[in-house]
Amino acid sequence: MSLASKTIKELRGLLDGGEIQPMEIVDSVIAAAEARDEKIGGYLSWDRDQACRACETPIRGLLGGIPIAIKDLINVKDQPCGCGSKILRNYVAPYDATSIVNLRRAGGHPFGRANMDEFAMGSSNENSSIKPVHNPWDLERISGGSSGGSAAVVASDQAIAALGSDTGGSVRQPAAFCGCVGLKPTYGRVSRFGLTAYASSLDQIGPLTKTVEDAAILLGAISGGDANDSTCLDEPVPDYAAGLTGEIKGMKLGLPEEYFGEGIDPAIREAVQKAAKHYESLGVEIVDVSLPYTEHAVGVYYIIATAEASANLARFDGVRYGYRAPDAKDLAEQYAKSRAQGFGPEVKRRILLGTYVLSSGYYDAYYLRAQKLRTLIRDDFTKAFAKVDAILAPVSPTPPYKIGEKVANPLDVYLADIFTTSANLAGICGLSLPCGFMTPGDGDHELPIGLQLLGAPFAEEKILRLGHHYEQSTEWHQRRPVI
Amino acid sequence: MSENEKGTQFDLRYVAGLARLELSDDEVATFEPQLQDILTYMEKLDEVDVSGIEPTAHANPVLNVTRADASRPSLEAEDALRNGPKTTSDQFVVPKVVE
Repeated sequence: MSLASKTIKELRGLLDGGEIQPMEIVDSVIAAAEARDEKIGGYLSWDRDQACRACETPIRGLLGGIPIAIKDLINVKDQPCGCGSKILRNYVAPYDATSIVNLRRAGGHPFGRANMDEFAMGSSNENSSIKPVHNPWDLERISGGSSGGSAAVVASDQAIAALGSDTGGSVRQPAAFCGCVGLKPTYGRVSRFGLTAYASSLDQIGPLTKTVEDAAILLGAISGGDANDSTCLDEPVPDYAAGLTGEIKGMKLGLPEEYFGEGIDPAIREAVQKAAKHYESLGVEIVDVSLPYTEHAVGVYYIIATAEASANLARFDGVRYGYRAPDAKDLAEQYAKSRAQGFGPEVKRRILLGTYVLSSGYYDAYYLRAQKLRTLIRDDFTKAFAKVDAILAPVSPTPPYKIGEKVANPLDVYLADIFTTSANLAGICGLSLPCGFMTPGDGDHELPIGLQLLGAPFAEEKILRLGHHYEQSTEWHQRRPVI
Repeated sequence: MSENEKGTQFDLRYVAGLARLELSDDEVATFEPQLQDILTYMEKLDEVDVSGIEPTAHANPVLNVTRADASRPSLEAEDALRNGPKTTSDQFVVPKVVE
């Protein structure tokens, strides 16, 4: 077994025992990527020389000597940060994001830029302006997105672990599609400073890992308050990894009826219902809960997220960074042409939609109404978490589809975000982990299925503990794709 | 231009102008029906009575977070300029704005 296929926990043991040196891990990751990534497309670039320099410092901390792949929208000083977009093709980050500062403080080092949907807009990774990411279990299919590169490199043992970002499911859904663990922390748990903004009230950086334990380790490393992000809360950071082995007997897990109805693939429904049975056998009480506003989550999400995106992406004007269209007559033309030539179709669609819902005469009908519905969606969860410790749900209603299949139908793609967007709107935390496999009707490869554990704000300890117990008493996380 | 059920004109070219985004004729032909579909779907939200409900702008219960009003180190000019498409003498160069 190569070093690249091991977990953070395993490698920390080998490093502490003096059996390996940090650069051996980097070289194992590079060897894996050179052998497999041409087929998958998970990496946009990596820099071995920088990793060499990072590995010269003495090993210390929870992540000491561990390379972590970074989604291409998190700034790492002196590395490219193109956000999967042509408009930022030559951009080199002038500073470290706070999550990267924290990662380095814990001894880890950022290694490799992970492919993504352009500006994190997408659920398939087909919207990367560089190349799509192929699902490691079936190369014809999507990896999911927008953190598809992060999920695919972890799931195919080309990375030890990765950071992604989740605005409407962008960590949890690709983790489910690729068969790894993905955690969206509570809004305000991890600083967004240095994360290129898509929708500021929803975005959150989170880990993608091979085990729940690694997610706990990585979350602990990157969390904490930050003077550079006023929405990042200065809450204490518990030892998440130490909390994993605590008792789960007697905990209450809610099953929301709205997540198991029409439109969900029967194989996915069955796998998650089996997981509920499994939890019962572990002594967890399963309780029915209701989240009645679930059916409105997609509509609310695509109004709020695109509204915020239209404002955030106004900064791409060809003046201070990024692509500038040549030969513009005046400043207005420079803006319009640079953006026209620099952005891809999905980004344009979302900017247009967001501009429209904020425009004079439509603000109240769309944006304000969506914000009010956001309150109702949040209240749904507050009521549910008064009764249960966490909620068990599927991640995606459908398995990954074939690349190119839905290019002409953006609404179809949006509707599949039904089970993930609510957590971002409510600001709660969510953990995605493997819970089975299925072979879709139009394919002959087995594809992983993910379950989702949703927790109240700052209840990461609970969902990680519940996830860890499920994982350690099942074998799904041990399977690896053959590439 | 087309009509949505809110009885309003959805003028894509006008919206693109607000967004400072030039669109080709092909893009208008592709995006207009797609966005119209999405907006029609959004009308589902009208089913809910939201009178008396406070809007949520973001999920955190924090307000007015401030820091000490003191100077602190920031990005050096050289670093801030290094990604500029066109720069000279510590400045970004843009097309002439004032006649």
